[in-house]
Amino acid sequence: MSPIGGADGTIVVADLRKRYGELQAVDGVSFTVAEGEFFGILGPNGAGKTTTLEIVEGLREPDSGSVLLLGEKPWPRNPRLLPRIGVQLQASSFFDKLTAREQLETFAALYGVSRGDAADMLDLVGLADKANTREDKLSGGQRQRLSIACALAHDPDIVFLDEPTAALDPQSRRNLWDVLRVIQQRGKTIVYTTHYLDEAEILCDRVAIMDHGRILAMDSPAKLVRGLDAPTHVMLAEGVLSVEQAETIPGVEGVNADGVSLTLSTRTPAPVLAALAERGALDGLQVRTATLEDVFLHLTGREYRA
Amino acid sequence: MTSSARRGGTASSFRSLSTAMLKGFVRDRAGLFFVFLFPLMFLVVFGLIFGKEGGTKPKIGVVGDGPVVVALEQSGAVELERLGATDDAVRKVRDGDLPAAVLAHGDTVELRYAASDQTQAGLVRGIVGGVVDKVNIAASGQPPKVRLDSQQVEDSSLKAIQFLTPGLLSWAVSTSAIFGSAVTLVSWRRKQVLRRIRLAPVPVSTVLSSRLLVSMGIAVGQTALFIGVASTPVFGLSLSGQWWLALPLVMLGTLAFFAIGMFAGSFAKTEETATAAANLVVLPMAFLSGTFFPIQNAPGWLQAVSQALPLRHLTDGMLDVMVRGKGIEALAVPAAVLVGFAVVLGAVASRLFRWDDA
Ligand SMILES: Nc1ncnc2c1ncn2[C@@H]1O[C@H](COP(=O)(O)OP(=O)(O)O)[C@@H](O)[C@H]1O
Ligand SMILES: [Mg+2]
Repeated sequence: MSPIGGADGTIVVADLRKRYGELQAVDGVSFTVAEGEFFGILGPNGAGKTTTLEIVEGLREPDSGSVLLLGEKPWPRNPRLLPRIGVQLQASSFFDKLTAREQLETFAALYGVSRGDAADMLDLVGLADKANTREDKLSGGQRQRLSIACALAHDPDIVFLDEPTAALDPQSRRNLWDVLRVIQQRGKTIVYTTHYLDEAEILCDRVAIMDHGRILAMDSPAKLVRGLDAPTHVMLAEGVLSVEQAETIPGVEGVNADGVSLTLSTRTPAPVLAALAERGALDGLQVRTATLEDVFLHLTGREYRA
Repeated sequence: MTSSARRGGTASSFRSLSTAMLKGFVRDRAGLFFVFLFPLMFLVVFGLIFGKEGGTKPKIGVVGDGPVVVALEQSGAVELERLGATDDAVRKVRDGDLPAAVLAHGDTVELRYAASDQTQAGLVRGIVGGVVDKVNIAASGQPPKVRLDSQQVEDSSLKAIQFLTPGLLSWAVSTSAIFGSAVTLVSWRRKQVLRRIRLAPVPVSTVLSSRLLVSMGIAVGQTALFIGVASTPVFGLSLSGQWWLALPLVMLGTLAFFAIGMFAGSFAKTEETATAAANLVVLPMAFLSGTFFPIQNAPGWLQAVSQALPLRHLTDGMLDVMVRGKGIEALAVPAAVLVGFAVVLGAVASRLFRWDDA
């Protein structure tokens, strides 16, 4: 193997900028992704995720800034690099009127990969029973999985997935998560974009939160949430405890009753929960810790809306 | 990492892309209809309308009998309709049912014609006049001073199918080639298939040449279908000796029109625009190139314009080798023109090639 990648990162992106007319779509984006890492770029629609990803893949030329993938420049089109990256475009792109297996075999053949290897990929994404179904007859989730299989057909080192779970029903989304985890277990470096913050929190080793073409924060989801120093909310059924009683519990910073439930905020949830258990006041208990959405709210001053 | 996966392999890319496109084509009913059945419908309809006999003979009414009537019948130049009475015949001519009527009583032969159709009238007068002269000379017992020996130049007969088949086939081949490249290119660009292919280590030339191969296969299919149908007894096409020279011509025509389609496809952003552009190129060209009807009677300047069109040369070449009995020498000019178009437009289109609209 070549000495590229390694300590300097499999993907090194520095100060990317891209403008469409008046709109600064990407405004100074830098990040590094290590080998085998699952890296997520999150943000609402229009944040500049796709543009960033396409520049990194070598599909677009940045106005300024630099990208190195495995030590190589992706722009202009770099045939040495192409076999080592696998890309799922945001809009799925298939040949007309071919079955799932034929799509996969055609894409695989573009990289000189044999049919047998390609067929394994259908198994991986759970489409073995749809092998002979025409692509246009697949459901949205199945089409996304086929698209991912096509991106993986040539066994690339780096996989780019642009909103693979967008517009899927919850069940399909969860199925896809399993596929993504299997890909990571195979040692691939994954860069993926999503506008579902909850999903990124579950899947990613590290995330970059993007808005208006800039990265606002970048770290592991847990560290981002912890760094927020936001209180945990403990919710109880109304009437289990009075507001006055709740306020006397040590560690409780605020109490809020909305007629349906009683919400206590605390930064020390463990002793508060112990105190509630002591009083037998655990009816309808729910605990909500801070999420990436709270991080987004904190960073931008506005509620997160995908 | 497996090194085989990294090598790419142009041959396997070429094969798989061609196969993918061929499957896509064969599974598209509408596409099959427009490529095969639609042009064939023209052949069938025109073939039936213009009939087996080509130029129709004038039909004239006849009253009475005599040597002139017998000679007219033998001439084969006119069709005769026997009528009982002179009044009857004259009325039919006046009503426009017949262009003319011959009234023969003894040694007098009267011709009554309708001057409303000048061409028909002139034709009938010429034929009847000629026959009367011939009968007179024969009756005088003198040998004719000048002998006229006339023979038709074209093979066997004036059958319309003889020029319809090469013409309509040229039109069908060029239309599918131009659409095959223009619309495919635009559709693949719009649906991001080209972008996706761009991410694989595949040269542009492989993408384009695999589509060209499919277009050539389609053209061979069209040729076989057209010749097969036109050769049935219903239409009665009779091919001349080296008709198979049409095949290399069809290939060159496909090449040229594929390049024209690539050129159009590099500008168009949507399939609709590409379709309109292709139609705009190929339809006027078809009319000016003698694919639907012979162009020989068109005014001189129009003929000059048509000489600049690749379809004109394709059609001429096809007529030459398929029905005029010419040999390989007839391919020289059409081949040069078609290759010229292919090279020039292909080169320009390659420079204009875009993987995406972004
Ligand atoms: N080809 C383009 N031309 C002009 N504007 C574009 C183009 N692509 C994206 N944009 C704009 O750039 C911004 C960022 O888009 P995008 O990168 O697609 O965001 P995201 O993927 O996060 O939704 C959006 O406002 C979008 O409208
Ligand atoms: Mg996007």
